[in-house]
Amino acid sequence: MSTASPQSDQGSSVGKVAKRFFTFAEQQEAMPLESGARIGPVTLAYETYGELANNKDNVILVLHALSGDAHAAGIHGSDDPKPGWWDTLIGPGKGIDTDRYFVICSNTLGGCMGSTGPASINPATNRPYGLDFPMITIADMVAAQKRLIDALGIPRLLAVIGGSMGGMQVLDWSVRYPGMVFAAIPLATTMRHSPLAIAFNEVARQAIMADPNWNKGDYYHGKHPDLGLAVARMIGHITYLSDDALRNRFGRKLQDRNDFSFNFGADFQVESYLHHQGKKFVDRFDANSFLYLTRAADYFDLVRDESEEHVATVFAKAMARFLVVSFTSDWLYPTYQSRAMVKAMKKSGCDVSFCEIEAQCGHDAFLLPIKRLATIIKGFLDRVHTEFRQQQPAL
Amino acid sequence: MSTPSSASNNLRYDLSVIASWIEPKSKVLDLGCGEGTLLSLLRDTKQVIGIGIEKNEAKAISCIEKGLTVIQGDITAEVEDYNDNAFDYIILSQTLQQVYEPAQLLHRLLRIGRRVIVSFPNFSHWRSRLHLLLKGRAPKTEQLPYEWHNTPNIRVITIDDFRHFVRQQGCVIRREEAINTHHHDTAGHQVRLFPNLLATYAIFLLEKKLKAES
Repeated sequence: MSTASPQSDQGSSVGKVAKRFFTFAEQQEAMPLESGARIGPVTLAYETYGELANNKDNVILVLHALSGDAHAAGIHGSDDPKPGWWDTLIGPGKGIDTDRYFVICSNTLGGCMGSTGPASINPATNRPYGLDFPMITIADMVAAQKRLIDALGIPRLLAVIGGSMGGMQVLDWSVRYPGMVFAAIPLATTMRHSPLAIAFNEVARQAIMADPNWNKGDYYHGKHPDLGLAVARMIGHITYLSDDALRNRFGRKLQDRNDFSFNFGADFQVESYLHHQGKKFVDRFDANSFLYLTRAADYFDLVRDESEEHVATVFAKAMARFLVVSFTSDWLYPTYQSRAMVKAMKKSGCDVSFCEIEAQCGHDAFLLPIKRLATIIKGFLDRVHTEFRQQQPAL
Repeated sequence: MSTPSSASNNLRYDLSVIASWIEPKSKVLDLGCGEGTLLSLLRDTKQVIGIGIEKNEAKAISCIEKGLTVIQGDITAEVEDYNDNAFDYIILSQTLQQVYEPAQLLHRLLRIGRRVIVSFPNFSHWRSRLHLLLKGRAPKTEQLPYEWHNTPNIRVITIDDFRHFVRQQGCVIRREEAINTHHHDTAGHQVRLFPNLLATYAIFLLEKKLKAES
């Protein structure tokens, strides 16, 4: 449980928070997966911020992107002062106001930030799973989160929100458990992974698998495929930025030099930046998790059949009010993909608001402190909270 | 239903007339909803279920911030996605003069809505006529304040032209009101005599022609 401390040095931060763990699907009742395989036990790492209302009408589930984790807001302590990945949006008085809402952020199944993934111990062998870890999908991630929400005794979520791969989970939540999702905010995401996005992921995976240290996924007792994972992250970062963002931020500027080195060092600032991002990433992420999570994103396809009649049924079951947001310079999940989503929602008769926010920073925009994004999220949550309370029986 | 004699809440006068025509608890689509002033009013005073379409990002954001359901996009494209008769009213206020293909749009609207309310600035107001007659230059008025080269109003519509257009399109006028506005369009009155000459704006409520009427 979080310690709300609006008066502390953190200002409008939620203050000190702790990661918690939830374990389910012990061996005899292993969790069935979309692929047909089963897995158990499963642990999910999660954090919570704010206070749960007596009638549980203020719960917001936050879903993270590929490399995110359960630590969305606040800090873990003075020895680990790095604020959560969405600290700019979640906190007292912020877009997702923890003075009003009880916020849960869960790490995904298959991840490596405290939840069960390929680096976890396989109970059948007492060794890390590696490639014995079953293939997981976005639907499996959502099914696992559902178990967490059930265990926390929450019958219905006021809202689910997330960007990128987190947005895919939002969409999946809205159609898989329609009665549990009163409002949904998918940001910078897509109903189906495009061939461009799959292509980038495949190049990134090949970089990992080409690293001799990868050893077919069995590397946990030796050297890790750090080079491969770093290159995979570098590819990812190119897709998270944009032509404009790279040009404005780096231009052709050189790094710590006035002239070309005439060798293959990191002459350009953009190269140096990518190397830095790659190096940083290997310290905190597991290469096999990267393979599994990118695969899950590639497999994600709510549409499956592109015929007009079918598209109209994609969100037929959804009962959520939707707020869809895209960003102008996002070339990983461009606006046309959000518009297709909005169109499908409209054809299914859903209540949907949509906005394309002007931003030069590419796909990563949803993670940045953009005032307009916080403004509409706040306004939208205000509205759905009011509507939700009108529908809930008073205590 | 009554027509307001003046607006006290800074609502554009034509919008307060439109609001007075809408039955409570109806489903309304507001095309070019701006910052959502009309939709907010209809939601708060008439329990209307409203949806807006707005092209401008900042205005769409302002609507969503107010808790309105609004889609940022182009009206001609966005109206295609709704089912037949999805709305009780569709409002096209002071936007028709900016539409590239008005006939096509009107047919799309009559498919998805039972009634369509259209308001537009009357180009044949005597001030516009005098402007052209005496100065020999494109009319510029409080209602149509642009130069020929920077105006978004690519269609010039007069009340008589619009009536003619509606007849041609096979729909019927169920209600109409010509108004004269002042004080930056927030106040006004109904014009009963020579509306095509004396009204600054006109508001029409259209429906599909019933079989018995054809």
